[in-house]
Formats: sequence, C-alpha cells, structure tokens
Amino acid sequence: MPLNRAATGVSPDASGWTLHASGERLLIVELQTRDRVAANRRARDFAARIRSESLPYVTDIVPAMTTVGIHYVPNRVPLAEQGQAPYEAIVNVLNRLLKTVTASQSNAPRVVEIPVCYGGEHGPDLEDVARACGLSMAEVIGLHSGALVDVMMLGFAPGHPYIGMFDEQLSPARRATPRTAVAAGSIGLANRQTVIYPLTLPGGWNLIGRTPLALFDPARKAPCLVNAGDQVRFAPITAAQFDTLSQTAGVLR
Amino acid sequence: MSIEVIKPGALSIFQDLGRAGYQHLGIPVNGVMDERAHRLANALVGNLPSNATLEITLMGPVLKFHEEAVIAISGADLGARLDGQSLAPDQVAVVAAGSELSFGKRSSGLRAYLAVRGGFAVNAVMGSACTYTRGNYGGHAGRPLKKGDVLGTGPYVQSSKLARLAQVARSLSTAFDDEVVLPSDAPIRVIPGREWRYFSSCARQVLESAPYRISPQSDRMGYRLEGERLELTEPREVISEAVDFGSIQVPANGQPIILMADRQTTGGYPKIGHVCAVDLPRLAQKMPGETIRLKVVDLGTAQRLMLSQERSFAALEQHCQAST
Repeated sequence: MPLNRAATGVSPDASGWTLHASGERLLIVELQTRDRVAANRRARDFAARIRSESLPYVTDIVPAMTTVGIHYVPNRVPLAEQGQAPYEAIVNVLNRLLKTVTASQSNAPRVVEIPVCYGGEHGPDLEDVARACGLSMAEVIGLHSGALVDVMMLGFAPGHPYIGMFDEQLSPARRATPRTAVAAGSIGLANRQTVIYPLTLPGGWNLIGRTPLALFDPARKAPCLVNAGDQVRFAPITAAQFDTLSQTAGVLR
Repeated sequence: MSIEVIKPGALSIFQDLGRAGYQHLGIPVNGVMDERAHRLANALVGNLPSNATLEITLMGPVLKFHEEAVIAISGADLGARLDGQSLAPDQVAVVAAGSELSFGKRSSGLRAYLAVRGGFAVNAVMGSACTYTRGNYGGHAGRPLKKGDVLGTGPYVQSSKLARLAQVARSLSTAFDDEVVLPSDAPIRVIPGREWRYFSSCARQVLESAPYRISPQSDRMGYRLEGERLELTEPREVISEAVDFGSIQVPANGQPIILMADRQTTGGYPKIGHVCAVDLPRLAQKMPGETIRLKVVDLGTAQRLMLSQERSFAALEQHCQAST
C-alpha cells in the first residue's frame, strides 16, 4: 500500500503519484500516467526536481521506467516531531516538493549518434529477430536506425541504457535462454526496446548488432556515453568501419 | 609507510561505505558487506568510518608491515596471528616494523575487516575507494590483492592514548542495544517488500516458517537461497526500478535472491521483502551452505533499530576519535 494518498500536482498537465517504501532506506515514487513514454519523461522531471533541492539526507536519485527511486539515510532526516519515523518525515517533504514539478520541455534533449554494425558476427540474432517480426533484415535495420528514441533509464550495469520505444513491429520476445557472456558494445532488442551492454555481461536480449563506442569508462570525466533523457539515433556502419572505429573509440572489454 | 602482500588470500579487497551518488548512471554502490564490522575496526584505531578497510573473505592473506602500525580486525574470526601470536577480533594491536600478519583457521563468520590507523592509501574512483571486481575499477588496481602488491597507508599518527582505545575495545560488547545485534543464529529480520501483496498467502507464510539454505552460487552481488518455492498469485510484469542492499527478489523459479553489496542498481523481479539494515551484517557473515530463517517486522521497527544502531556508533566513533 502506498505511504501517501495518491497525490496530484497543481499544474493542469501534472499526473498523480504514489510513494512506496522499498526497504527502510529507499522510497519509490510511482508515476500514475498510463502511457509508458509519458510516465518515463515525467519520472525524469520528478528526479530533476528532487535533485535540485540537494536534500542532505538523500544519497541517490534513480529515475527508472515509470518510477524514481530515492535512496536516503534515515538517521539524517530531520523529524518534525518526537516519535515520527524518518520515512514519514521524508514522505511529507516529497509530497510538498513534487507538487512543484514543472515539465522540462524547454531544454531540447541532447542527441547522441551511435554507430552500429548490424548482423553478422556482431549481431548473431538479427536473422531470428527478422523472422520473429515478419520483416526482412534490412527492414529491421531500417526501423531500428530510422527512429529518434529516448534513453529511458540507465540501470543493471554501469552506463547500461534502456532505449525506446521503437516501432511496434520491433517487438521480439527476449531469448528463452540467456547467454552467459555478451560482448561489450552489443546492441540488444526486445519488446520495442534496446539495451547496449557496456561490459561483458550475461544477457537475454536478442543481439542485432554492436557499436565500437565505449559506453562506460570510469576514467572519463563523464563515465557514461549516454544519460537518461538523451535521445539516440543508431547509424549503420560496415564491419570494416567497426574495426577502424574500435581502435580509436575503444570498447571497454 | 608500506605493507607488502606475501600471500593474497582468497579474496582480499578494499571497501568503504560505498560509491554513493552514481546509481542513476547504473553504477553500483559496492562497499563493505558487513558495515558494523568495518566501522568497528575503523573506530578502534581512531579512523573515520569513511576510511577504507581491507575486506578479507574466508582465507586471509599474509601481510608484511615494513613500518610500525596500529591495526584492528573486526567481523569474522579467521584465525589472525601477528608474528605467530594469536590476535582476537576487536583488539587494538601495535604492529612492529618487519612483523607479519597472517590468518589461519576460521572459527566464526566469513568476512574480516582490517583497519590500519591513518587509513590505507587508495586512489578514489568516483569518490570512493571501494573495489568493483566485475567492473575492474576501484580499490587496488580494480582487483583483489595479488602476491607482491605493495599497499600504502596514510600518515602514521603516534598516539599516547592507545590504552584508551583498548579500553573501548573491551567495552564493545555493550555498545549496541540487544535488539539491534541479535545472536548470529537468530532469524534474519525482513520488511514486507514492494510486491508483497502479489505473493500467495502461502508464500508469505512460508517465508517466515521455512528454512532457506544459502546456495554455493552466492557472492558479494547476491545471496541465492534454496528452499520452498515462493509463488505469486498470478504471473505479473514488474517494471524495472531502483533496488537496494537487502532487497529480496524472487525470479520465476520461486527461489529468492537477496541483493548484497555488489548488487545492480535496478531490478525487474518481484520483491517479497527487504532484509533489515541492522541484520545485513549477520547475513553477510553466513557461509554458503548455511541455513537461515527469516522473520517479518514492520518498517517503523526497522527504522527504529537502525536509528538505535546509529546512535551507538555516533557515541563510539566520537569517543574513539577524541581519544587520539
């Protein structure tokens, strides 16, 4: 059960939210919007609003698909009265704060172009995906690289983006048996979304291609190539271009 | 000021209280598995809780101290010896230059924390000294210690008050409220999880009544439990969202996984519960193959226990730092 009554923003376009405990050090703000892309953008607006407040007891603000996770330190939360639990105090703060969220459409999102070598050894599942979608391989590549799509969240691994939503025709299910090791830079596709593996990781997504760019490098000033809220366009490249680029861009292995 | 690794042990890695502030980038927090032991070891040598300790798992290293140092080891009793002399957990010891610290037979727990007065000199990556072995960064060259590594330490501060620290060490058993630190075999306390109500009433009862064995596939990322299946009332899509240290995820096979220090930042499995923060240290000291039981408490209780532990730590740390 939510820790608050469903609250509604004051601005007319604002959607409602509920707050939930996920353990004693994490609160989840759940957006009530039906449309996944709209809820996702809203989650990032909420996250930005909370971040701008620099609450000293909040350690991490994690926007996800339709939620924002707020990691906090209970003993640092100022209590309004004796006997109040830290989660009650932070719920009150957040409810007040989230009424003041405004849509951040003023700033145009950054667009990141990501070169991808589709199919072949770099995208071993492209043929299966085309068959499952009832398309040719060229049509899959066309739909995948033709769209300007959102980085909906980073999660699962350092710099690991969830990107979507793609055309409804790109809705293959995940693989029944996940691979134990997927190469860094691999582009996965399932259910109108794409992930990019930043490191060698286990994974169940259909691999349709691979980028030579390093998605994550802890030594870089900005360790992650893309951030939640960026937009992405995939640009097809040849295997030869992949080899040339990977020597300069250096996928983290 | 240096310490030479003569033998690395099974898994000796630098950790601290975690790499906070980067989870929105998918960057895991990492950090110590047993926060209580880490903070005790640091307190006993007059360090700040944020100093890195060496997390030593099961089979400890052999370390040669080239200069004098003051150390403490807390957590598991892995049979530490200083030049052959037994060194019990939670003691403050002065190590003479040229001495060797070694480990032998385990008598309790799984993870020991070695603190050196002045702290280890570890390059911070994204603000933290902790090692993320899967990501190959942090700690000492992004990996567990190897034979021949040379570890630096912070400036050695002479203290005339080591006797007072030793006195603190002797009074540690009463530092925490009895309710906060339970005996190691007491049930592990959990709060109902985000998807608690989607689990069958049978599953919710089983969680508290059935024993669960810690699988050999358990590590710093997650403790996989083996026991009675925990079923949802119906299959349900859970949209990926933030998870935390202690979140108990239940994948389709019904066998729970408790997320630990090296957990991923987000997860898409239903969560039946969350291990209480004050009980994570006890869990982190359990070996694969051991059996645990769980007990459900409410959110208010969990936070009250956490605040109580924090007050004890604040008093202890203040006292120890004032003693130096």
